[in-house]
Amino acid sequence: MKDEVASRKERAENLKGMGCSRKRVEDARFTQGKGNYVDDLKLDGMLFGDFVRSPYAHARITRIDTAAALEVPGVLAVLTAKDLEPLGLHWMPTLAGDKQMVLADGKVLFQGQEVAFVVAEDRYAAADGIEAVEVEYEELPVLVDPFEALTSDVVLREDTVDANGNPVDGAHGPRKHHNHIFTWEAGDKDPTAEVLANAEVVAEETMYYHRTHPCPLETCGCVASMDKVNGKLTLWGTFQAPHAIRTVVSLISGIEEHNIRVISPDIGGGFGNKVGAYPGYVCSVVASIVTGKPVKWIEDRMDNLMTTAFARDYWMKGRISATKDGKITGLHCHVTADHGGFDACADPTKFPAGFMNICTGSYDIPTAYLQVDGAYTNKAPGGVSYRCSFRVTEAVYFIERMIEVLAIELNMDAAELRRINFIKKEQFPYQAALGWEYDSGDYHTAWEKALKAVDYDGLRAEQAQRVEDFKAGKTRKLMGVGLSFFTEIVGAGPVKNCDILGLGMFDSCEIRIHPTGSAIARLGTISQGQGHATTFAQILASEIGLPADSITIEEGDTDTAPYGLGTYGSRSTPVAGAATAMAGRKIRAKAQMIAAYLMEVHDDDVEFDVDRFVVKGAPEKFKTMKEIAFAAYNQAIPGIEPGLEAVSYYDPPNMTYPFGAYVCVMDIDVDTGVTDIRRFYALDDCGTRINPMIIEGQVHGGLTEALAVALGQEIAYDDMGNVKTGTLMDFFLPTAWEVPNYETDYTVTPSPHHPIGAKGVGESPHVGGVPCFSNAVHDAFRAFGLRHTNMPHDHWRIWKTANELGLHG
Amino acid sequence: MSQKQHYKITVNGKEEEFLAEPRELLIYTLRERLNVTGPHIGCETSHCGACTVTIDGKSVKSCTMFVAQADGKDITTIEGIGSPDALHPLQEAFKEHHGLQCGYCTPGMITRATKLLEENPTPTEEEIRFGMAGNICRCTGYQNIVKSIQAAAAEMNAAKEAAE
Ligand code: FES
Ligand code: FES
Repeated sequence: MKDEVASRKERAENLKGMGCSRKRVEDARFTQGKGNYVDDLKLDGMLFGDFVRSPYAHARITRIDTAAALEVPGVLAVLTAKDLEPLGLHWMPTLAGDKQMVLADGKVLFQGQEVAFVVAEDRYAAADGIEAVEVEYEELPVLVDPFEALTSDVVLREDTVDANGNPVDGAHGPRKHHNHIFTWEAGDKDPTAEVLANAEVVAEETMYYHRTHPCPLETCGCVASMDKVNGKLTLWGTFQAPHAIRTVVSLISGIEEHNIRVISPDIGGGFGNKVGAYPGYVCSVVASIVTGKPVKWIEDRMDNLMTTAFARDYWMKGRISATKDGKITGLHCHVTADHGGFDACADPTKFPAGFMNICTGSYDIPTAYLQVDGAYTNKAPGGVSYRCSFRVTEAVYFIERMIEVLAIELNMDAAELRRINFIKKEQFPYQAALGWEYDSGDYHTAWEKALKAVDYDGLRAEQAQRVEDFKAGKTRKLMGVGLSFFTEIVGAGPVKNCDILGLGMFDSCEIRIHPTGSAIARLGTISQGQGHATTFAQILASEIGLPADSITIEEGDTDTAPYGLGTYGSRSTPVAGAATAMAGRKIRAKAQMIAAYLMEVHDDDVEFDVDRFVVKGAPEKFKTMKEIAFAAYNQAIPGIEPGLEAVSYYDPPNMTYPFGAYVCVMDIDVDTGVTDIRRFYALDDCGTRINPMIIEGQVHGGLTEALAVALGQEIAYDDMGNVKTGTLMDFFLPTAWEVPNYETDYTVTPSPHHPIGAKGVGESPHVGGVPCFSNAVHDAFRAFGLRHTNMPHDHWRIWKTANELGLHG
Repeated sequence: MSQKQHYKITVNGKEEEFLAEPRELLIYTLRERLNVTGPHIGCETSHCGACTVTIDGKSVKSCTMFVAQADGKDITTIEGIGSPDALHPLQEAFKEHHGLQCGYCTPGMITRATKLLEENPTPTEEEIRFGMAGNICRCTGYQNIVKSIQAAAAEMNAAKEAAE
């Protein structure tokens, strides 16, 4: 029996299935410079397209003259809205139910907006052509503040008013004002007002979650190639959702979907930037149709930061009530959301403010109300989920700041306040006041583990001593202990309430087992660095008993992969990962029948054992999956079709709710505002862990992006609507020098409804990290009366805070 | 537009001669003219290091060097570091220690790291973080990149000792 156990363990190890830190199969090509990113693509006769962009944030266009540009050597064509209009392509639908100009249709609404598309033999000729296009603008009043926009007489979008100038309904209901996009509500308004009115303690705070940008190292781009001979359009690009892009291209171009092939090659990071559809894609397709040649469009970094896919830009006003001893009784949240010139969020249709209604966080808050108002301004469109599920970063930041403010109001320790308000383990599945049903969690265990790991009491004692020393003039450095406990909501999602452009947010996997016992699996998602080729093979290895090393994972080609909604909002593992497991189980079910036939027993008399089917009670009688695969192709088995293939489209019954507990210890130099992260501890619970090495890598990366957002990264505008942070000189991306080492830890609370219990992890560290860094800064100044100050906490702003608190003597 | 000029550069040991406008940036010469697509473009303003190559023994960001400035020079890119059958220890270490995710920064990272370890074969963690600060990674948070470089350094030093 002992031998049997040992060999079973060995067999399992050979599979490199779930739970093992399998090395990544992607890395061989990447480390040798043999990745295949879209800008690496070179086709015969390929042209290069680039945009003439608006220098103004709001202006009428009175004249465009392309004659001189067409004289520039190497320039073949210049497209303007006039050229696109007969095709109905001068505007395009956004994923948020709004529409967006592809090329400026009479006016521009933000700096950097696409005005004309110059197509040339190479990028230098295109740049020369851009210089030669003459555009005359008549400047209009600029609105960069959403509150001003919502009261201003200036109409930003002519399509928001009727002939009398009265606002017309938008995609999500009536408008309150011509620059108003939507109102979205969740929870109970009146009961919440009542709870707050009668509460023993109420804390109130207004916070601005600044505008920022996902800024993957590779910008967005595409190559469009229209083959006029057989009428097929191929579109390669940096698409996080290739199938959805194909459907969108088909809907707006009228080309039938089977004649469009969309391919996402290797993607150099996405973080939400590459979900939406951009004017560059449409113009490249049109230019390829016009010229009959492949056309490449690649953003430069300024284009990227100024025009595609900003994130956040939420003004959040909160009120939270509690009993005197700290039991939270109610929460009210109002958001004014700045969407820029077009509402181009990539949220599920019914959620114009994403999943902002997860803003009751990890706490048992009986009564709550949320209202979000969207506004147009003269800024770039976007509102994407930057390394988070739809608006969850905003929600978690909001509640984790409100908790800290309430702790100040109650004069209570913030860790203890969290502890007494957590949803208890036995309350799951937990019905939250704003509508969600949390699947599983054990918050108290995670919190205790985290506080113990960092010696929380010790830290507080050290901090108190530091304050003493500071007051006595012995040090100029303060110490902050940042806490955050987050609950994410990922894996969109159930088709019953989640769709994008009417496409249900299921995902898919198709598996073919080859006769010699290797396999290929194709999925509807697409990796952007998450290592799908590695981890999805691990899921399958455990499910079907063939080694992960014998399984190829393919994604991103709409001609071969099954339909899926793509990779963002941490949905790959919760949705496509589930589809993979389910397809694997179909394979296993058929394999069971084949095995039973081969061993001449009844189906019910065999059972799966790691990499084989064994006869129950007689483990020496078995057929390996490899043998079964071969039999599937070479035996005529009565009543069973030849071959071994399966496909699964998985519609999740619920979202998954990963959670975690983070602690940051930070020193702050009061005289320079410089922050030093001494320690960062991150405990994540993402349910079943597929590949610990990859999880850890995701946590490091997500925390670093959180550090960036909390401590310096922003897209800032001046009053004229000029982008002040359009290059990497001004837009903060941390280097190795600024980033600490992180300590990672975990608990495992599987999702009860997911086939393998996995919840997704890619975005948790960003969601939980931002409030943790921010809370550390706030905490350092708590003893000196700081309640709240807006991010990003760069050195200058921290210095200012210290100055305002009178700490500079 | 300006007149094309004649240039001669050596890339990964191979001599290349061509006509190009002097304003052409070296990264485009490499990627588009010579099909050496290992070095990438992340910013074109010298900030990200995705385009890092080695020129005459020094790490250089090829996005901010004109081809005219590279005339006559000896250039090494990621394609010239190790081969599929004999990976450079840094390439091995990045694979082993999960020093990459999307892979976009990786060619520049490894190319820079080869120089770093030449300049200082036994760097401290601090020296690695400082020496790599010209290369941005958006995915990994650097922790495993630092680990990879430490591991490669140890490996290379052990190999050197064994050879002596
Ligand atoms: S592309 Fe050269 S440093 Fe960024
Ligand atoms: S691995 Fe993606 S930028 Fe470094």
